[in-house]
Amino acid sequence: MALALPDLALDYTLRTVALGAMLLGLSSGVVGTYAVLRRESLLGDAMSHAALPGIALAFLLTRSKETAVLLAGAVAAGWLGSLLVNAITRTTRVKLDSALGLILSVFFGFGLVLLTFIQKQPDASQAGLDRFLFGQAASLLRRDVMVMGIGTVAVLLAVLLLWKEFKLLVFDPDFARVLGLRVRLLEVILTSMIVLAIVVGLQTVGVVLMSAMVVAPAAAARQWTDRLGLMVLLSALFGVVAGMTGALVSSLTPRLPTGPTIVLVVSGLVLVSLLFAPNRGLVWNWARERARRGQVRAEGMLRQLAALAEHHGSLEHGHPSAVLRASGWSADQVVQVLHDLESAGYVRQVSADRWAITATGMARVRPATEGDDLSDGAGHPAASRPEGTGEGQS
Amino acid sequence: MGDRQNRTVSAVEVQDLTVAYREQPALWDVDLSVPPGVLLAIVGPNGAGKTTLLKAILGLLRPVAGQVLIFGQPVEQQRRRISYVPQRGSVDWDFPTSVLDVVMMGTYGELGWIRRPGRRERERALAALEQVGMRELSDRQISQLSGGQQQRVFLARALVQDAHIYLMDEPFQGVDALTERAIVTLLQQLRAQGKTVIAVHHDLQTVPEYFDWVMLLNVRRIACGPVAEVFNEHNLRLTYGGRFAMAAFAREVEEAAPAIVTPDRSRSGGGDHGTGAA
Repeated sequence: MALALPDLALDYTLRTVALGAMLLGLSSGVVGTYAVLRRESLLGDAMSHAALPGIALAFLLTRSKETAVLLAGAVAAGWLGSLLVNAITRTTRVKLDSALGLILSVFFGFGLVLLTFIQKQPDASQAGLDRFLFGQAASLLRRDVMVMGIGTVAVLLAVLLLWKEFKLLVFDPDFARVLGLRVRLLEVILTSMIVLAIVVGLQTVGVVLMSAMVVAPAAAARQWTDRLGLMVLLSALFGVVAGMTGALVSSLTPRLPTGPTIVLVVSGLVLVSLLFAPNRGLVWNWARERARRGQVRAEGMLRQLAALAEHHGSLEHGHPSAVLRASGWSADQVVQVLHDLESAGYVRQVSADRWAITATGMARVRPATEGDDLSDGAGHPAASRPEGTGEGQS
Repeated sequence: MGDRQNRTVSAVEVQDLTVAYREQPALWDVDLSVPPGVLLAIVGPNGAGKTTLLKAILGLLRPVAGQVLIFGQPVEQQRRRISYVPQRGSVDWDFPTSVLDVVMMGTYGELGWIRRPGRRERERALAALEQVGMRELSDRQISQLSGGQQQRVFLARALVQDAHIYLMDEPFQGVDALTERAIVTLLQQLRAQGKTVIAVHHDLQTVPEYFDWVMLLNVRRIACGPVAEVFNEHNLRLTYGGRFAMAAFAREVEEAAPAIVTPDRSRSGGGDHGTGAA
């Protein structure tokens, strides 16, 4: 049944939903980069929750369910919320995280009260406002997508034009002010962009999950690159991919909600990025740590063999691997390390299980002058290469 | 000598400056007048308001009272002539960007809105990196820098601005010997170009060697003037109070200071002497 080609009506819905989800991913991915780098990820959460009473009030005041009108209310409320957070942190001793939590819960609570009040009203015109709570992508109309598109374009334009300004603002705001940049104004613009990106996604993902769309793509993108430009692009890409995948998957599976599916997809991207990204990924770190440990082991082994060779005064004398065991090493590990060293030319296998250090290995462990000691004591021609001693003296 | 007679306008003039954080004064009625071309060290114990003073001069803080003049004008009108080297720890070095990119930020002020740095800005940034011995690291991601390298990146960023006054917040804090030498050379170059440098400094021992002027600060201004005149045990005691446990060292500095600073005026051997004493 899943294979049954979607009929025209479904196709229209699907296209609208997919387009809307992509726009949502694009705008929140781009804006999220700055929110994450400024360590203000939770600002998105507070603002999306704060948008709810704005939507309800916009409806109560205008009795209109026009998306543009409701979202205008969302913008105003989100804005007011961020303004209050700012005011609280600047005039009181309350820290940013507490202020965010405060505004989030107060606004969201108020929004729920208004929503309940609206639903209790006798006329039936109120239906559908709760779609902003968890999002309802299927309710997206082409006109809504147009509104989302305008918001997205505004966000992209701001980032493109104010690229260097935003970069400096995020990296070093004090220096920006010393240079004479209008930091306060830039902050206002950046906050507006976050509000805008959130509002773009509200109808699809809802106020509760929207902050995931701001944080997750950027957090995933950060794992893969050390350039801001690439990070913004990747974050946008992740957002778009998550939006599209979520929309498609939920449309093909009955009764799978779009918003939460999108959030799940983007969370999957974060998980993969945290684990597998080169340099920053956990798996990468683990492998690097392992390689380092192996190297330390090999060094230790080589040093042991060098000490034995010096003790015996000979590079010809082989030693069984059992002698070379160190604390915490299994017999297999010892042999493995010996084979590794052999292939590197530092060690040679004298007989069945007897190992000796080579001149190359000796030179590695005891560079320059220390090599002389051995040649003095041993008198073996192999060990007392004339170039070796000459190098040590020059 | 000519300075005093001509009464040239001060590079930095601070009058009756008081700054408070929640009733607690961080700076109290501070006056400061720095003639152009001077290397000034600001010293004082922790919490003395050294960083606060720098930030107030830069206009990053709103004072309770008092005013700051840069070449006789408010800071806002002199942005192009001031440069700032903040403490290394003031930014997140994990920010996704390269060394060259950070240095180019020094050109953002003159570029104005929207315009992006181009080839000329790039060349200047590379030249500044050259000056601090970091040119070959220009492509490096900033999270891979050592503390000393971070400091030199910040210095290069300030140099790119080509300002007249350089305000530095503990440029020598936790840097390696190589960087310390690079900074000292840089300070001397800046002085040779007639630039003014005001640096928060922690190492009292190197004050006479690296700087011409010193300001002793502990919320109030204790003293300010040429090192030879004001950098003595009496003032250090006033500044550091009971916490000044290096009385013997202070005497040493007092003895060394005139010998170092006097030839400094004619610029010869000042550095050598200082190194010998250390």
